[in-house]
Amino acid sequence: MPRKLPRKDAVIIGLGWTGSILAHELCDAGLDVVAIERGPWRDTATDFLISYAQDELRYRLQHELFLRPAQITVTFRNNAQQTALPVRNWGAFMLGNGVGGAGVHWNAETFRFLPSDFVCRSHLVERYGEKILPEDMTIQDWGVTYDDLEPHYDAFEYLCGTSGTAGNLNGKILDGGNPFEGPRSRPYPTPAQKQGYGHTLFAEAAKQLGYKPYPQPSGNLSQAYTNPLGVSLGQCTYCGFCEWFGCANYSKASPQTTILPVLMRNSSFEVRTECEVSRINLDRSGTRATGVTYVNASGEEFEQPADLVLLCGFQLFNVQLLLLSGVGTPYDPQTGKGQIGRNFTHQTMSTAVGFFDKEKYNFNPFVASGAIGMCIDEFNGDNFDHSQVGFIGGGYIGQVRTNGRPLESMSLPPGTPGWGVKWKQALRDNYLSSIICGGACHASFYSYRDVYLDLDPTYKDRFGRPLMRMTIDFHDNELKMSAFLTDKYAEILQQMGAKQVVKQPRKGPYDVTDYQTSHLCGGAIMGDNPGNSALNRYLQSWDVPNLFVQGATAFPQNAGYNPTGTVGALAFWSANAIRSQYLKNPGPLVHA
Amino acid sequence: MLRINRRTLLGSSAVTLLALHSHIAGAAIVKGGLPWKPGSADPPTSVTPNGWHYFTAQEAAAVEAFVDRLIPPDPETPGGKDCGCAVFIDRQLVGPYGRNEAYYMMGPFQQGTKQQGPQSALTIAQQYRKGLGALDGACRGKYNGKGFADLSDGEKDEVIKGLEDGSLKLDGFDGQSFFTLIVTDTRNGFLADPIYGGNKDMAAWKMIGFPGTHYDYRDWIDRHNQRVTLPTIGIASHPNWSR
Amino acid sequence: MRSGKDPLPGLLPSLSVFAALVVSAGSAWASGIDPQDFSQLERGRYLAVVGDCAACHTLPGSGRDFAGGRAIETPFGNLLAPNITPDPITGIGAWTDDEFVNALIKGTGRHGTRLYPAMPYTYYTKITRDDALAIRAYLNTVPAVYNPVKSNQLPLPFNIRLTMAVWDALFFSPGGFIPASGKSPEWNRGAYLTEGLGHCGLCHTPKNFLGGDDKGRRLQGYSLQGWFAPDITDDLRRGLGAWSVDDIAAYLKSGHNKMSAATGPMSETLNLSTSRMSDTDLRAIAVYLKDQKGRGKEVVERVDPASAPMKAGAQIYADECAGCHGANGNGIAGLFPTLNGSPVVQQTDPTTLAHVVLRGARSVSTAQAPTGAAMPEFAWVLSNNQIADVLTYIRNAWGNSAPPVSADEIRKKRQTLVERDD
Repeated sequence: MPRKLPRKDAVIIGLGWTGSILAHELCDAGLDVVAIERGPWRDTATDFLISYAQDELRYRLQHELFLRPAQITVTFRNNAQQTALPVRNWGAFMLGNGVGGAGVHWNAETFRFLPSDFVCRSHLVERYGEKILPEDMTIQDWGVTYDDLEPHYDAFEYLCGTSGTAGNLNGKILDGGNPFEGPRSRPYPTPAQKQGYGHTLFAEAAKQLGYKPYPQPSGNLSQAYTNPLGVSLGQCTYCGFCEWFGCANYSKASPQTTILPVLMRNSSFEVRTECEVSRINLDRSGTRATGVTYVNASGEEFEQPADLVLLCGFQLFNVQLLLLSGVGTPYDPQTGKGQIGRNFTHQTMSTAVGFFDKEKYNFNPFVASGAIGMCIDEFNGDNFDHSQVGFIGGGYIGQVRTNGRPLESMSLPPGTPGWGVKWKQALRDNYLSSIICGGACHASFYSYRDVYLDLDPTYKDRFGRPLMRMTIDFHDNELKMSAFLTDKYAEILQQMGAKQVVKQPRKGPYDVTDYQTSHLCGGAIMGDNPGNSALNRYLQSWDVPNLFVQGATAFPQNAGYNPTGTVGALAFWSANAIRSQYLKNPGPLVHA
Repeated sequence: MLRINRRTLLGSSAVTLLALHSHIAGAAIVKGGLPWKPGSADPPTSVTPNGWHYFTAQEAAAVEAFVDRLIPPDPETPGGKDCGCAVFIDRQLVGPYGRNEAYYMMGPFQQGTKQQGPQSALTIAQQYRKGLGALDGACRGKYNGKGFADLSDGEKDEVIKGLEDGSLKLDGFDGQSFFTLIVTDTRNGFLADPIYGGNKDMAAWKMIGFPGTHYDYRDWIDRHNQRVTLPTIGIASHPNWSR
Repeated sequence: MRSGKDPLPGLLPSLSVFAALVVSAGSAWASGIDPQDFSQLERGRYLAVVGDCAACHTLPGSGRDFAGGRAIETPFGNLLAPNITPDPITGIGAWTDDEFVNALIKGTGRHGTRLYPAMPYTYYTKITRDDALAIRAYLNTVPAVYNPVKSNQLPLPFNIRLTMAVWDALFFSPGGFIPASGKSPEWNRGAYLTEGLGHCGLCHTPKNFLGGDDKGRRLQGYSLQGWFAPDITDDLRRGLGAWSVDDIAAYLKSGHNKMSAATGPMSETLNLSTSRMSDTDLRAIAVYLKDQKGRGKEVVERVDPASAPMKAGAQIYADECAGCHGANGNGIAGLFPTLNGSPVVQQTDPTTLAHVVLRGARSVSTAQAPTGAAMPEFAWVLSNNQIADVLTYIRNAWGNSAPPVSADEIRKKRQTLVERDD
């Protein structure tokens, strides 16, 4: 029988980016808040030490900062004809764990979505007609616009100290920035990071081809910065151990470096670590959350009553908890009914490897940061005319190589054997003079009727609860798009002077062993009425008004950018609605 | 009764609890400030090459021979054996990696598609034992009773090619899976930090031109197309520190 | 009314304001101060913050303010701070006002027993009677807590309080604060605070072997509890000579300034005391400290940069330290301390440096400067020789000069630190 604890005003499930933002906002509003975090406490000087953070084996290959599949995992199949099997070791995506969540190990690539991304369906239909949408594609509008979110993008960027060059300042297009971006109300808080040789050469080549390259917006700061909460960050030192690793010198934006120092000073906040929430408890009507039940490291169960529940875990586990707790109706791909689990998406990634003359080119790939790089947006979203290309969607293309870590830098010219003398020579001869950039074509992944999440019928976690099951495969639309973008990237590599370019467009079937970013989205999407979404525009559950679900779970489809900037903006937007409307008058904020 | 000395707290005495276990909520609760616990760092432990902790002598001989063909020695850079790749693998197999500690190891176990990833019920350590045993059997069968380590270089390469393309079948074990496993681990040993037993004296890093674990490249970001002249260093490899 | 601004009640003793009221209930308020008057209580509360009573008398995490029980380390053993809540049996509720005032001014407890100077009466003696009574009035308002504390935990012969008579005779000069003529009111206020309730010298003044202040070297630094409380005279290299009044005041207010960050036991002083003091008072302390002469001209030879320790130290620095402190030792203002020109780095005694390198340390987090960035520990990766070399390097690079550090010193400090948990 779970032991019942004293009531709190709000309980937050997961203390990552959105959990930290919401916790701070709610404490600031005078609430008594507890966060329940599955993983351990993490802090820079005790966990990401400058004397051993740079360990590729430990952190990149053996995933030490991440969730262990032994603790909880998911099952995967390409389609309903297959039996889903457990993901026994991570591959296609990496799931964070611990205080700070993905904010600890991310690359800090901090983009905004395009204005048209938020009205994806209506925009495409208006421009091209309904026929352009594949029959089984289920994209839809978000219910919130770029203009709604602009001040909150700003808030997140200024929280992080994001380093970048504005491309559209209140409607004025500025040189050096992204001319396609939505209008921003003020410049980035710090200037763009410096660029390495390969990134700079890419930008020059892109310009020669008529594109307008811009520096990738980076949460690895170009200079020291103190954010509006009074928390200070340092200057990124281009160490090349960013994504997968904790930052040792306070220069990567994370909950640790932007919010926790202030949040933890709050006497009305506490975090319980190494505790896993096993369900959100509902009252008998099923329309009101009464709190959560969680399990500590010893296996003891506790019930934490609360008036307000914020589900701030990673996308997959948010959806799993909703399903296990009986919130909303599970999606049935046969009937199309039910909101929880549908419109599940990932990211369409591809690249090309450029091999250059080693006598003339030395790219020092190890001098890099997680969000360094030069990008072009000409082929993102609907920034270009899709009428003749045979697909919709797009992505940014960039030389955004973040590291020269040896084990991740072993792409060799085709025909090189996998071992032996020639292998060794090729490694030696190509390391400094090749451009290996896994994130070069970073494109949208639209939603489909047959790509979804539900509960696995066979495999269980250590509590005996069903694992989340992913049914996901690529569709022709994304594969065509990927080939197109890859060709464009390859052209730029040629223009840079590569002696050989090896294209690696995304090919199906979706492979759960091949890393493709951890940008999993959807499953409990936002929208303008309960018939087409699980959450309203403020991320409030249509079914349970005192439950708000944060994160990329809300994305109806994924766009051609890294999602965290938008996740942060939605968190601020949602927090603002809770503070200014919900707390004054608890109940549904939108009546559809 | 908690014995807290004047010397104990560095933070505010408003820090009411420092990551202590509360019997009420059964958690490691953190509140009232950023905790500070000296001595809570978790550095890696250096591997010392002092015998074999997992492999039998026979297995070790086979693995050393294998890694030395995967990465042969040349005048500038040692091969897999002298770089310590076999030692690396040996130590990894007695650790969490070899025991699949991080893996989801609940059943039922069934083979799926390639895209569904490895589904073996065997731990990696067990896979090595079985694979090496099967390899030994296959070699003795094909080469007049000689184990892998006793073959000529040309014969070893034949065997490895056979595993790679699937033409050499192992009894009770998939040769291609074994090949992938040992190639991956050998490369890891070759290029990981020397603290793990391989990449001896950072030979592999020096070969490719990776300067190692430097953290501050601010002086180099603007120096485009120039060779970085910093000494090569690792987590516990700093020959540049000696007097 | 004394000159100088009085923006908050309780900043300057003001006899005349409260002269009118007399309160009975068994106390001798001959000076006519009303112990229940709000402004009196507020003044007392503020002065208790200045004196940092809570640092010793409140057990952290207990939620029972001033109820005692906290262990105080002295070079002779531990004492437990007594209960100073108004509880009549286990606290000081039954004490007379004179007994209370004498505890601060004369170093005597109930019935005249001698206190140990861990209770810094050698400094508090400077306090005016009115200020002492204000503190008493404030303490009378905190919740009374029944908590019997046996203070004297010292081993023989130190646990014999009578021995304090000798010690007091040698090292204790009772008597109130006498303002220096020719100095500004601000300076005198700073002196009153620093030499009195602030008791800075308790940590920052070197002691002789009997634990008394070495009066000839006031405020020139002292090693205690595994740290070195630095020189806070105006010495240019080792003291505050290169800091402005604003720098000092900012440090005391937020724990950080452009060059430095508070850590170790000073964090507690920051959090409980100085960060809660008025800007005026902090400036006054800064003004006073800037006028404290140090040890005078002393030639310290800079270690030759071409020597083996310096060359090795430079490499270690580049690999492990420059990522935060910068190749030029400049750090990042407000985040990573500047080593270049730092007095902490150039103290003759390298205890603090050894401590932070071996163990790491968190800088203080205050409302004004919440970040609380921390140094990681290096004990696992740097040998005694290597720590000695990198410390010698930072003490002599970029224009710094300070005596080199030996591997043996580091070896000893490593051993001592093992027994500590801070």
